[in-house]
Order: sequence, then C-alpha cells, then structure tokens
Amino acid sequence: MTIEAAMTPEAPVIAPALEMRGITKRYPGVVANDHIDVEVRPGEIHALLGENGAGKTTLMNILYGLARPDEGVILLDGRETTIAGPSDAIARGINMVHQHFMLVPVFTVAENILLGEETMAGPIFLDRKEAHRRIVELGKRFGFEIDPEAKVGSLSVGWQQRVEILKALYRDARILVLDEPTAVLTPQETQEIFAVLRRLAQEGHSIVFISHKLYEVLDIADRITVIRRGKVVGQRLPSETDEDDLAALMVGRNVQLTVDRGDSKPADVALEVRGLEVKDDRGSVVVQGVDLDVRSGEILGIAGVAGNGQDELVEAIVGLRRPSGGRITLRGQDVTRASPRAVNEAGVAYVPADRHRFGLVLSFPLADNLVLTDYYRRPYARGVLRNDQAIEASAQERIREYDVRTPSATVRASTLSGGNQQKLVVAREFARDLALLVLDQPTRGLDVGSIEFIHRQTIAKRDAGTAVLLVSAELDEVLELSDRIAVMYRGRIVAIRDGRTADKNEIGLLMATGGQARAAAPVAETGPAA
Amino acid sequence: MSESGSPRRLPAPGRLARRVWSIVALPLISILLALVVGAFVIVASQLVLPGAQLDLLLPVTAYSALLQGAFGNFDAIVGTLASTAPLVLGGLSVGLAFKAGLFNIGARGQFLLGALGAVAAGITLAGSPSIVAIPLALLAGFLGGAAWGFIPGLLKAVAGAHEVVVTIMLNYIADGVITAVVGGPLRQQGRSEAITPDVGNAALPIIIGSTGHAGILLAIIAVVVIGWLLFRTTLGFEIRTVGANPDAARYAGMRPRVVTILTMSLAGGLAGLAGAVVILGVNHLMTPSFGTTVGFDSIAVALLGRTNPLGIVAAALLFGALRSGATLMEILARIPKELIDVLQATILLFLVANPVLQRLFRLRGVKSGLDTTETLTKTYSGEAVVQ
Repeated sequence: MTIEAAMTPEAPVIAPALEMRGITKRYPGVVANDHIDVEVRPGEIHALLGENGAGKTTLMNILYGLARPDEGVILLDGRETTIAGPSDAIARGINMVHQHFMLVPVFTVAENILLGEETMAGPIFLDRKEAHRRIVELGKRFGFEIDPEAKVGSLSVGWQQRVEILKALYRDARILVLDEPTAVLTPQETQEIFAVLRRLAQEGHSIVFISHKLYEVLDIADRITVIRRGKVVGQRLPSETDEDDLAALMVGRNVQLTVDRGDSKPADVALEVRGLEVKDDRGSVVVQGVDLDVRSGEILGIAGVAGNGQDELVEAIVGLRRPSGGRITLRGQDVTRASPRAVNEAGVAYVPADRHRFGLVLSFPLADNLVLTDYYRRPYARGVLRNDQAIEASAQERIREYDVRTPSATVRASTLSGGNQQKLVVAREFARDLALLVLDQPTRGLDVGSIEFIHRQTIAKRDAGTAVLLVSAELDEVLELSDRIAVMYRGRIVAIRDGRTADKNEIGLLMATGGQARAAAPVAETGPAA
Repeated sequence: MSESGSPRRLPAPGRLARRVWSIVALPLISILLALVVGAFVIVASQLVLPGAQLDLLLPVTAYSALLQGAFGNFDAIVGTLASTAPLVLGGLSVGLAFKAGLFNIGARGQFLLGALGAVAAGITLAGSPSIVAIPLALLAGFLGGAAWGFIPGLLKAVAGAHEVVVTIMLNYIADGVITAVVGGPLRQQGRSEAITPDVGNAALPIIIGSTGHAGILLAIIAVVVIGWLLFRTTLGFEIRTVGANPDAARYAGMRPRVVTILTMSLAGGLAGLAGAVVILGVNHLMTPSFGTTVGFDSIAVALLGRTNPLGIVAAALLFGALRSGATLMEILARIPKELIDVLQATILLFLVANPVLQRLFRLRGVKSGLDTTETLTKTYSGEAVVQ
C-alpha cells in the first residue's frame, strides 16, 4: 500500500474528489514539495502527517491557491484544474480551516460566517434572517446547536473552531482542509470536533486532516499519508499501523514517544507559594489563594483547562504580573514583588506559552534572541557596549548544542519553523545554572522530534537539581513528565497527585469540574494509555 | 560551473548588488515617480496663469535650475549641505523614535524649543568666548528639545497617552511659547518689532565656503553617535527590542516605560539640536514667526531613509538639495518654491503606497516598504495589526 496504489489514475470506480499529482515546489535553497502524490476520496478523512517544515503547509497552500506549484497537477473529480487563488479554491468547493482562526472576535457568529460571502437580499442589505436560518440548520445537521447572534469573542476555542467549520460548510465546501485543528482543544473538545468531522464525512465531504499528533490521526483518519522533507514517505491505513511505526516514518528514525522520566531525587523546597492571589487584566481575581511547593530536582506539573488562572500564576511567579496578595519565596528569598530581571537573576528561567509574543523578537537575528535576557551581562556586554564577538560565539555554540536548524545565527528568528523557534527559546533559557525552570505550554504546536528533545532537556535539568514548574493544557504531557501533578480549577489548586500513580480519567474529571460535581459527560479516553 | 551551480550560492558581487537594490529600489522609484508627477504639475500650473504661453519643456527648465541651484557650483553645494544638516538631525530624531516604536510627530515643536533654548543661551553668552558660548548654546538647544520630548514620553509611560496626540498638541503650544518669549523676556530693547538680540559669539563658525556652518560637522557626528548607540550599545538593543516587541522586552527584564521616556527625550534633544543649528548657524536671532519646514520635513526624511542613520543622511541630502535649489528654480523658471512641498508629499505618498509600486514594477525580493509600517498602523488604529 504505497504511492503506486495511489497513482493509478484510470482505475478507481469513483474518481477521487481530489488528486494532487507530482506536486513540486522549490523555494531558494529548499525543495518544499518534491513530487508529492496525494489522493482523497469522496467521504474520506485523509490525514496528512508530518513534522513541522515537512511541507504539509506548502502543499495545502498550493491546493488553496496561495502558492503555485513548479510542477504537477491538481485534479478535482478526475478533471485537471488550476487554482489561481483562494477565491478560486472556494468556488471549487475547497475550504481551509486555519490553525490560527481567521475570525473577527467582536462580530457575531453569523457575521463571521457571512464575511466575504454576504447573501444579498437586495443590493445593499444583508438577508440576516435567511442567513441565520441556514446557519442554525447547518449546525443541527452536524450535531450541534449554535446561536448565530453570539459574539465570537465570547465563545470557547472549541466553539470558535466549529464556527470556522460552519463557515466552510456555508460555502458548500466539498473538500475541507483542517490545519492542526486540535492544537488548542481539550481532550473532550477534540472528541466533539471529531464527531462533527465523522458526520461530515458520512455526508460525503472529503476531509484533509493535517496533524502531527499520532494518536489523533489513528483515531480519526481513514487513510494516512506521511510526508518527510517534502516527499511522501509512506501511506498507511490506521488498522495496519501504530504510533511507533508512524513516528518512525515521520521522523526518519525510531523515536521514543514517551521519555523515560526516571526517578526524581527531590531536595529542598526551591519555590514556595503561599496564599497567592493574582488579578487578570480586567481586574478579576483569577488566582485565588494558591499554595504550592516545588522542590529542587522535581517536576511539578499543573494540569488544567486553559484559562483557569495558570497563565496569571506563572506570570506572577516570574515577575511579569504583580500579585494582589500572598507570598512567593525562592530559595528563602522573598520575590513576591520582584521585577522580571530580579527574578531572572535569582536563577529563574521561563519558557513562555506564547513564544511569538514573549519569547522571541521575530525580526531580530537568532544571536540577538539568544541573549535577550542577559545582553547586559558579561561577556555579552562590556559596560554599555555590546560584545558582538561573544554574542556570536555563544550563539554558534548554543545553536549546535540545542540542535537549532538554521543556515546561520544571523538570520531572523521569523525564518525558523515553530519547533526550531522553541528550541531557540529553550537554548536561551536552559543554558545556565537554574534554581527554578518555569515551562508554560513548552511543546504547544511542535512536532514529535522537537517535543522529544524538549522533554529530554527538561528531565536533564531536573536531574541536575533544578526545580521545574510545568504548565500544560496537554494532559498527556503533564502525566508523562511530572513527578507530582497539581490540578488547577477556577484559580485554585483542587488536588495534588503523585505523577506516577495518577489516573488520567480522575485528573480529567478534576480539570473539568474541580472535583465538586459529577461531569456532565464521561471523560473520553483520547490518548494511548500512558 | 557557476551557471549550473545551486541557485542559492550567487556570486558575491551580485548578492551585494541585489541586497543594496532591495533596500533602495522603493525609495528611488518613489523619487522618480514624484518627479514625473511634479512635471505634470509644472505644465498644468501654466494653464491657470493668465496670458502665459504653454511651454511643455518647462519641467526640464525647472528641474535643471533646481539641480543647478543645489549642486551647480561650490557655493551651491555648500548651501545644500547647510540646509541638509538640520534635516539630518531632525531625521535622526524621528528615526530614533521609530526604532522604539514611537511616532514622533512632535519634531517641529522640539525643533522650536531647541531653537529657543539656543537663542536664549546665545544672547546671554553673546559676549563670552566662542569656545564656551557655542557648546553651552548647543547644549541649551538640546535640552530645550529634550524637555519637549520628555513630556510626551512621560505621559505615554505613566498614563498611556498616545505620543502622536500629545506631540501634535505640543507643536501648537511651542508656537505660543515662541511668540510669548520672543515678544516678552527675550525681546530686544528699543526695537519696534519683536525680535531678539543677536547671539554674538555663540554663532557657529563657518567652516566651508560662505554659508557652510559647523552644524554640518555636528550632523555628521550625530549620525555616527546615533548609529553607534543603536547598534553597538546595550541601550540601543533595548530601544530596538522595545520597538520590535514590547512584550518580549518586558519579559527580558527591560523596562519599556523607562526606554520610552529616554528615547523620546533623546529624540526631542536631536530635533532641538536641529533648531539650535539653524539659529546659531544661519539666523543668529529669532522672531516670533521663526519656524522652518525642518520639523515636518524630518518625518519625511526618516521615512524615506527607512529610519536607518545612513539612509537618513541620503534622504536629508535630497530634501536639503530640493530646498536649497528651489530659489534658483523660482528665479529661472518662475516656478514657486511650493513645488518642493508637492514633490516631498508625492514621494511620501508613493513610499506609503509601496504594495502598489511593488505590483506595478514587479519588484520581487525587494524589502516591502517601511520597517515602520507597524508603528504607523499602530498609531492610526490603536493596535498593531497582527501579522
């Protein structure tokens, strides 16, 4: 079952809904797509699996008309087609749901769906009634009820995703491309979206599902095409493969999917948080009396659905947000009101959740990004002067040590792939002796290889005696790395469990309800048994 | 070999040329297009003059007079340099602020306050030896402008007041301050019109030709110092980081508020120096109507020079030449000096419309317009567009 099977054009009884044949796209210095063949049948969920930078996005940009292939053809229902631009693609029934939602938060659901596709009653006014009716009806057909009048900004990410999908369906999409659709969803939300996707497929829509989460792909896909370095390296049916096989195909070598965390040797308490209260930007108290201890040489994971106060907790610890009450002590030293720099100098490193906003200056060269927090210290500065030689030398060393894939240290950080950008942040933050390492969503949106790398580095730091505070919306990540797990719910720590004996279902339930009430629906088992 | 080699390894000279072209292409095309538009304006202007004959070659006459007036002989070149010097200082002021993500529309007000500081100190020190009077008068100019830059910087840092709004208002206030001070405390006794005494020994020495004052030297020094500050010092790194990503700057332990206040003060000081150079190098005294186009031209210079110190020198030279050559153009071709405003404005329009230019001229691999686009967008929409 390989490329050849997909290449026989005349044979199939029904023509594939979409066929991309011999697609090649070269950019200066790289071949992003090298004679890629993909074929998607009507009513099929076809997963495109590959690491960041493998060429998935380029391929889909070609399909969506955002890029022109240098070679190759696209066939829709067996007929050769050229797609000149996104509007062309949409007219032919191809729609894309991007990883970063393209929604206007202050608009309503209906307004967002109608953007660019206004159903006109007259030459000037929108026919809102008709549009609302169609939206509600479409939603019902695929198993969810949505209020067309709701402001998108007030919806959870899971629902925003549904709005994106509705947007595509509203335009009569026959082929739906979803780019990393689950990156921001909780396990439960993921299952709900999967139910919607299965329903779509049953109705004859073809779905291209781009992901690098192996268990999800195995769960949802009818067929899986694996891409590595711009080439199709294999095609699999979920029934005849497993995660290890897919990972090996994707990365090109055997990868260890779960890092062996080994035994921890917790020592003294490094970080002590007592009765911490923190307000968010709007002034409401979102961290309510949190007590936490993190010992040197242990990883404390904080599990929780995004938006339960984790971000504010972390920002308070690293000095970016001033607590409204309580105390933070680092190795006996009070740092409750310390500045980010003072916290940093006290030996705290911080990998922020949003690497584009906080972690990096994308328009700066890699070398400058690597000294972002200690540019003013020796050897990178001599008095008020920058020491470019030292900055460059250290950049070279860290790029090598942390395996950042880049042509040089002088290119802008924006040119790197997501995984390499995160490695850049890690290279900066990990490369010194630390008292405390704070990781906020350290592997969000990263590929298997980068995740493995960052997990290993984290464990190495722990073993070197650093206290590690890990916040992640990925429950699997918390379960896999943590020596102890704290569950955060509505600004409080509602439970602390041992990382090795914790039960995934119990933690999931605690995340969803805080342990006070029974969950409305049972927590679905989405991942492999850890 | 090199023909069939891999496409990314181009021969070095070609790569350098390409790099240079990618930076200068848009400004150059903007300038050329502005000259074309200007030519149409010149031709069209004859239509509204009563009794004038239509001369289709008038643009040629006008532009050659302009060129001659700017570079025609040694004196003309020196004159151009003298009018370039304050533009360089003003351009650095606006450009430096851009680097920190600030849009300093207040160069005009800072320029006026700098001029006022310089003239006040100059009058006081008119009888002192030049070696004392000149540095102190320049310093007073710098401080005057810096004070006018400090205010919006402080208001932005502590109250979040937008620097564009505050600096525009400060421009008006500066006009009032000049009128009041020149008509009051600094007014020369025994004169019917409001005018200050001469700055005497505080006047800048002429170092070349008949009009080439030492302000030219000062501008060159300022370019070097600002370039050094921005790219060689840790403070410059902080300024650039705050400008490129204030959140990351805070994360990195920098203090964006302090950097904002500092940068605005420094920018104000540079514009103030420009004012001081005009007063001490050219006018030697002040009237209530004192005011040149330098303040606003500085914004154009900074944009055309892509906020880069060397680019600013080139842009200032162009605008200085236009201003300096305009007089001869007015005499020889009878084209009003205001044509220069039209040319400058048109250059800016083309620069800002760079996506259109890029499509029109199929410029690929050319740096897309202004590095300052984000600051400009932020300025007008309140929040930067997320890319």
